[in-house]
Amino acid sequence: MIAHAIFFYIFSIIAIISAIMVTASKNTVHSVFFLILDFISISCLFIMIGAEFLGMIMLIVYVGAVAVLFLFVVMMLNVAQQKNQWFLSKSSSNHIPFGLIISAVIFIELIIVVGGWKYKPELLTTVNPYIDEISNTHSLGQILYTDYIHIFQISGMILLIAMIGAIVLTFRKREGVKTQSYLKQISRERSEGVKLLEVPSNKGVKIDD
Amino acid sequence: MENLNFIFQEIYKILFLLIPVLVSVAMIVWLDRRVWAFVQKRQGPNVVGPFGLLQSLADALKYIFKEMIIPASSNKIIFILAPIITMTLALIAWAVIPFNEDQVLANINVGILYIFAVSSLGVYGIIMGGWASNSKYPFLGAIRSAAQMVSYEVSIGIIIINVLLCVGSLNLNDIVIAQKNMWFIIPLFPMFVIFFISALAETNRPPFDLPEAEAELVAGYQTEYSGMMYAMFWLGEYANILLMCALGSILFLGGWLSPIDLYPFNLIPGVFWLIFKILFLFILFALVKAIVPRYRYDQLMRLGWKIFLPFSLTYVVFTASYLFYFNLLPSI
Repeated sequence: MIAHAIFFYIFSIIAIISAIMVTASKNTVHSVFFLILDFISISCLFIMIGAEFLGMIMLIVYVGAVAVLFLFVVMMLNVAQQKNQWFLSKSSSNHIPFGLIISAVIFIELIIVVGGWKYKPELLTTVNPYIDEISNTHSLGQILYTDYIHIFQISGMILLIAMIGAIVLTFRKREGVKTQSYLKQISRERSEGVKLLEVPSNKGVKIDD
Repeated sequence: MENLNFIFQEIYKILFLLIPVLVSVAMIVWLDRRVWAFVQKRQGPNVVGPFGLLQSLADALKYIFKEMIIPASSNKIIFILAPIITMTLALIAWAVIPFNEDQVLANINVGILYIFAVSSLGVYGIIMGGWASNSKYPFLGAIRSAAQMVSYEVSIGIIIINVLLCVGSLNLNDIVIAQKNMWFIIPLFPMFVIFFISALAETNRPPFDLPEAEAELVAGYQTEYSGMMYAMFWLGEYANILLMCALGSILFLGGWLSPIDLYPFNLIPGVFWLIFKILFLFILFALVKAIVPRYRYDQLMRLGWKIFLPFSLTYVVFTASYLFYFNLLPSI
């Protein structure tokens, strides 16, 4: 039990410190790396409470895919310079009240959720899906694909719509771009590719017309 | 005292796994070069030791005694972290590989997801190395490699779903035991081919070695690395290749099961069968390296997203409907 507590505190301290460093570090690429460290330590916490499937999915989805895209954007867009300029300018202080309001709302929400779960458990009845005989993955699948199938499908639909929206926003047909057509290349015959010409002397021939 | 004993036992087990893996990584580099030379009618490394077996050892010694150069304009902490992360991630994934029914370091319920997660983390070693070098070629190589690995991970994930549909468990040992009657290479042969090609792309092997395409990018993300740090990248890369071979043999070739379940073959321990299968897949990897020319980058992306992804997705639907229709879905 002591080892469990020690590991819990190690992971949560790493998670909190890296969460602070995400906002505090000057270099944006560094803050993305701290975000990744945060994700990893939180997935370790998931595994520690027995939610191994969620922890692994957290690693695969957030660290393996989402954070890579984050890194791409941050590395390519030169955000670091813009951020430093933005902090030096006057306009940044205008946004402070909005930030404060949003963080206060999130804080109150957290208090309501945690307080309700901790001090009035009978208010919200939660089902404990963790049964010893079957594994975590099975129990999650059984709940997701039976009781909550509609919500699950709808969330998939929303993600699909978001993806189509992103593609529509960035898709444009450019003029004058040469693309390779594999079918055309494969189906090319000798007769249309090569032409033998008799060249009359002193006159020559026009080839490219 | 009991706890201490337990810890020592675990450390002993870990060393018993890690040292063979590291040694076999060194041997596999030699094998790779020999096969490559064999296809091209050359001799390959044959001077150091019998058949040149100690060549990798000599190379490793050379790397250890070389100077580690850290570029002045690089981001030093991340620059040093990158090869460490690559090697660590390549080695920790071996923890869940079953070598026999009870010979596995960590027999966890979500073994296959663990391997998948660790291999998807492998991108970071490359991105960090490329970015921290603060130089054009490494950066281009890192960006290329990250895009490539993320794309091919998607198709590998869907291929794994195909296998899992037939097994009904995420445990690697269960996956092997489910193949007792028939290896999955027979019903899922198209998936095996796609898995093999995706594994080549995932580990940046030729013909998909665009991140380190020497004609265009010097050595890609490794350009600025030297000495021990370069050796660590290289160790991690080959450990990853071996891991992909092991994963392929567990998913499709029946892992530690013997090919024929008859008397003389049953006596050979499962470890040897797994090693034979890994070696077989690795020799295929090495042959592909010698035979196939390098892909162009847009061809690589087209292959991943427009051919492999739709095909493997369709195959998931096919497998699921086949299993459902003939009532073959595994029970919990």
